[in-house]
Amino acid sequence: MASEPAETPIAQQGRSAGQYLAGHLRDYGMVLALIAIMAFFQVMTDGTLLRPVNITNLFLQNSYIIIMALGMLLVIVAGHIDLSVGSVVGFVGALAAVMMVNWDWSIYLTIPCCLLVGILIGAAQGYWIAYWRIPSFIVTLAGMLVFRGASLWLLAGQSVGPFPRQFQALSTGFIPDMLPFVKTMLGVERMNGFAVVTGLVIAGLIVWLGLRARNRNRAYGMSAEPMSFFIMRNLLVAGAIVFVSYKLATFRGLPNVLITMGVLTIIYAFITESTVLGRRIYALGGNEKAAKLSGIRTERLTFLTFVNMGMLAALAGLIFAARLNTATPKAGVSFELDVIAAVFIGGASMSGGVGKIVGAVVGAFIMGVMNNGMSIMGIGIDYQQVIKGLVLLAAVIFDVYNKNKQS
Amino acid sequence: MKPLLEMRSITKTFPGVKALNAVNLTVMEGEIHALVGENGAGKSTLMKVLSGVYPSGSYEGEIHYDGSVAAFSGIRESESVGIIIIHQELALVPLLSIAENLFIGNERASRGVVDWHETFQRTEALLKKVGLSESPGTLVDRIGVGKQQLVEIAKALSKDVRLLILDEPTSALSEKDSQALLDLLLELKAQGVTSIIISHKLNEVRSIADRVTVIRDGATISTLDARSDEITEDRIIRDMVGRDMAQRFPERESHPGDMLLEVRHWNVWHPEHSERQVIRDANLNVRAGEVVGIAGLMGAGRTELAMSIFGRSYGRRISGEVLIDGLPADVSTVDRSIAAGLAYVTEDRKHLGLVLDETIQRNITLANLPEVASFGVISEAQEINVAEGYRKAINIRTPGVFQKVGNLSGGNQQKVVLSKWLFANPKVLILDEPTRGIDVGAKYEIYGIINKLVADGKGVLMISSELPELLGMCDRIYVMNEGALVGELTAAEASQERIMSFIVRS
Repeated sequence: MASEPAETPIAQQGRSAGQYLAGHLRDYGMVLALIAIMAFFQVMTDGTLLRPVNITNLFLQNSYIIIMALGMLLVIVAGHIDLSVGSVVGFVGALAAVMMVNWDWSIYLTIPCCLLVGILIGAAQGYWIAYWRIPSFIVTLAGMLVFRGASLWLLAGQSVGPFPRQFQALSTGFIPDMLPFVKTMLGVERMNGFAVVTGLVIAGLIVWLGLRARNRNRAYGMSAEPMSFFIMRNLLVAGAIVFVSYKLATFRGLPNVLITMGVLTIIYAFITESTVLGRRIYALGGNEKAAKLSGIRTERLTFLTFVNMGMLAALAGLIFAARLNTATPKAGVSFELDVIAAVFIGGASMSGGVGKIVGAVVGAFIMGVMNNGMSIMGIGIDYQQVIKGLVLLAAVIFDVYNKNKQS
Repeated sequence: MKPLLEMRSITKTFPGVKALNAVNLTVMEGEIHALVGENGAGKSTLMKVLSGVYPSGSYEGEIHYDGSVAAFSGIRESESVGIIIIHQELALVPLLSIAENLFIGNERASRGVVDWHETFQRTEALLKKVGLSESPGTLVDRIGVGKQQLVEIAKALSKDVRLLILDEPTSALSEKDSQALLDLLLELKAQGVTSIIISHKLNEVRSIADRVTVIRDGATISTLDARSDEITEDRIIRDMVGRDMAQRFPERESHPGDMLLEVRHWNVWHPEHSERQVIRDANLNVRAGEVVGIAGLMGAGRTELAMSIFGRSYGRRISGEVLIDGLPADVSTVDRSIAAGLAYVTEDRKHLGLVLDETIQRNITLANLPEVASFGVISEAQEINVAEGYRKAINIRTPGVFQKVGNLSGGNQQKVVLSKWLFANPKVLILDEPTRGIDVGAKYEIYGIINKLVADGKGVLMISSELPELLGMCDRIYVMNEGALVGELTAAEASQERIMSFIVRS
């Protein structure tokens, strides 16, 4: 009884790269937007944007936003929101300052303690959200007020600092050149060989992984992108990585924080894409009731996403404090907005179940490059805010428009 | 006596389905007219045509009301001439007062400012009319369902009702409240209000209806008159179910084996209304190689029974015992139920069964992810193999397993849900309306899958509102009504008439 026709395949094979791109604008739109924005500011700032020192700055300035965006992506994919992260950044920074400066604790005790406090904060908020079903908006709005107040109280309204050198290295340190022979081999005076080699290795790895995934997809009849498009995309990504690492190498090498951020990004991308845990978070956000009826312990999972968010917010708090070399009561104010904006610009859905780690990172860079570029151009903070707001709105409208067009 | 309402050869078509086929209904001025028929016979559709929910033009046929042709484009228009419909799920706002509810959308106000004095005064008068002694300021969620039903009727009276339509008004009421409601209907009749009452309770129909119209498969079967003594329960039941066995079912030989699932003394209370018992002392069992059906009307508690067994996904204060393979089983959470060998295939696949934004592959493995993973890392190759295997084995008609399930047809979606639960490798599958909303061809395939399951020694507990389906597929059928299992029939004993009579006489 073959009364039902086969469903038509959504993506046909064998089309040109241009057509393919038009069909997948939603997937690549934000990367293209990032490239366009960078090109725009590169021109408008007369090349300052991509100078080695500025690229280094871009990473230092945005590392804590990106680190929090990783956790926020999970929270948003699970169908929730966390407004408290900015206040947690401030609170943990203040706590670290008090521990190190007032109590003379070593950083090897301070850092684990602060991360643990972040975990506990996440657990305290996640408990009400997951097990009592109190809306996350309310719980974390309360958290936002509580921890802002708590950091004011901890610091008694003062700035506390400076910090030991080792602690500052969390943010402003660089990986020393472990491969000095590269420099001599290439006969260049000022260059960090380790940074260049790392860049080349990562670029190669990305191309290799891409080829492997492509072959596997083809083996299972998944609609693969056209070869021309694949080559173009990989050339672009690998080229960008080599370019950035070369630029960094000619300044001071790879910032510690770039390594932290990179490793975390890879770990979270892996968790979301390849593990049972990640898959269950997407199912929870996509359809909580169906997930629950499939045997997934949805409450525990929700709880864990907030615990994780608390930990990453604490880490971001430490890095931010290290960068400023002082803890102030105002630290982290409105960070939550940048983080949430980054995740939504990166294509996550307000209703949960949709979003990618790479998207959130790209979203954070879009915000970061705009902040940086506009500051170099000397645009006032007033216009900056307006422009950032409009970009967020445009990104989400673009996403919704493409989604409607697809269905 | 002249007719107040005449609906002449009403035909209403939905994409692919003829819900009403030249239905005629005549209601006399001042009578109580009962409309009976099975689930899905077309009663509610007919009432939606009448009240303008399906606007004039979206159906064929004519409606004559009060001597002239009526063409309503919406509920407001039908209400303006006095046709008021009270739905089975009451449309009251729980956290507003009785008075506020009565005049919602019809506020006693001048220039947008509510006149509370007039509102309360008129409410009191209306409440007196329906025999309710609550204060107008009482919040609706503070009074019971029976009184809420009376508030709905008072609301209808506030709109100068001439033709009152009640859809299953007593299905949620106790014996006493039901009687009060029926008495009120008789009283309204004395005041000249005409009523149409949709009901499954034939004893009620017999006691108050002047005439009865039976609808089956979207067509009028008969209109019986009380004065000529035509209204007997047997006659109504015969007219309700007397259809040919049009559907076909694949053949299967029955070889019941060992006892797989036993449920003993199962009691469940409503999750919100803690005084309402939803399941009353249910006892049932399923053997290996057996398809066991649960028949019953909507709201009989079949889904609630199944979900409360499956990881306590429904209800509160659950008590009773579940045995699997003769041993007490821990079914206190969904993951434990799955581990114990149960699977529940929901009736509501879009909301409870599938993650619509995800692919076929990801939906199929969702209930048993560890099977395709090692150390928590999913092997996508293994996952694709599993999904492809089910796609071919049970004929999910798509080119691959990377389609989003939201884009699939109902039949294909149902097969994805089934695959998900087959992959969880259960001993007993509870199938809740497994063929709802899918076409005949896909239905036949699903029956085939069920037969194959029991041939492999699994047990199937099948809930269905389609009696022919139960009769065609099951070795045994339990009949459920108002939360209790009121009868058990073997395949040989079972007939539509017997099942229906268990329901209407319990």
